[in-house]
Amino acid sequence: MKDNVILRVAAKILFAPIIVFGLYVQFHGDYGPGGGFQAGVIIAAAFILHALVFGLEAGRRLFPLWLNIWLLAAGVLIYGAVGVASMGLNGLFLDYNVLAASPAAGQHVGIILVEFGVGLTVTTVMLLLFHAFAGFSPNAFEEDDIVEGVFAEDDFGEDDIEEDAPDAADGEARQ
Amino acid sequence: MTGLMANICLLTLLVVIVVMVMRTHRLFAVVVLSGAYSLICAVIFVNLDAVDVAFTEAAVGAGISTVLFLAAMAVLPGTEKQPPRAHTLTSNLAGLVIVVIVGGLLMVAAFDLPAVGDPNAPAQVHVAPRYLVESDEVLHIPNVVTTVLASYRGFDTLGETIVVFTAGLGVFLLLCGATRTARRRMARPEQDQGSGPDEG
Repeated sequence: MKDNVILRVAAKILFAPIIVFGLYVQFHGDYGPGGGFQAGVIIAAAFILHALVFGLEAGRRLFPLWLNIWLLAAGVLIYGAVGVASMGLNGLFLDYNVLAASPAAGQHVGIILVEFGVGLTVTTVMLLLFHAFAGFSPNAFEEDDIVEGVFAEDDFGEDDIEEDAPDAADGEARQ
Repeated sequence: MTGLMANICLLTLLVVIVVMVMRTHRLFAVVVLSGAYSLICAVIFVNLDAVDVAFTEAAVGAGISTVLFLAAMAVLPGTEKQPPRAHTLTSNLAGLVIVVIVGGLLMVAAFDLPAVGDPNAPAQVHVAPRYLVESDEVLHIPNVVTTVLASYRGFDTLGETIVVFTAGLGVFLLLCGATRTARRRMARPEQDQGSGPDEG
């Protein structure tokens, strides 16, 4: 889809507004419909649109795998950390009332932080799922060269997962 | 009355889509139709004033699931395999009888449910009044759904987040082969040829 100028320009124009809308849904969840789950999906949709139009490899350059994995865990950890922090402030686990001067302000702080954790995890899980499915090769477990490609480096820090990405992206474009 | 007519139209559309999904063998059409199904479900939820649920259904059901199905389809054949012609009249008849009985029981049970929006329904008289009053007046958070989700039911949402995390990690480990077996095979490519991919 890289060669289609209409898709390319449309994706470039849409990318930033989708992310802004996702952040609005994320942090406006107290006042309007939305919250972490919806915002996470919307932000992931922006990155998936980018990956669909510009290719999986470009998508991975924009949002590398190591960052994806770290943020995946960070979301759950932020949620749990809010609970532990409220315990540290002589409250119960996930008791937001003690997080700020007044219970109402504490609830606001707690809900915003918790929803942020949820949004982070949902975004990264959706991206991970998309790249896992779109970059999947049916022979991944038979062909050693693909396995080697996945683990070119020993840790997740440097590696690029999408050895076979262009094929998968093309296959998708043809559908 | 308008709401009732809209609901009848939308539910009819849902049935039409389900029949189309059952009739077609092209997987691409099935994926797109299931996206349309989710979108119509979202409109029904808006009709029921469940805006948050509608939002989720539109974003997850119609948006991301469709894309994920399409991504998974890139490695699948485009058409469904024809089932073997094993359907005899008796097996079809048995299925029909079971479906009629279960459907009848469900419809009878549905008459015992409280009406939509009934203020005396059990769900409305337990803790819901406290949430509705407290969220806006004490905590100054107008969206009660968010308060219930993140505060009153914070434990459940923590569990949900962990479920999402675990599911993503599991799919990643399975599909990207980031298992101990794969690592071992990479370190010693001449051995471990016979071991299965499902280890680790």
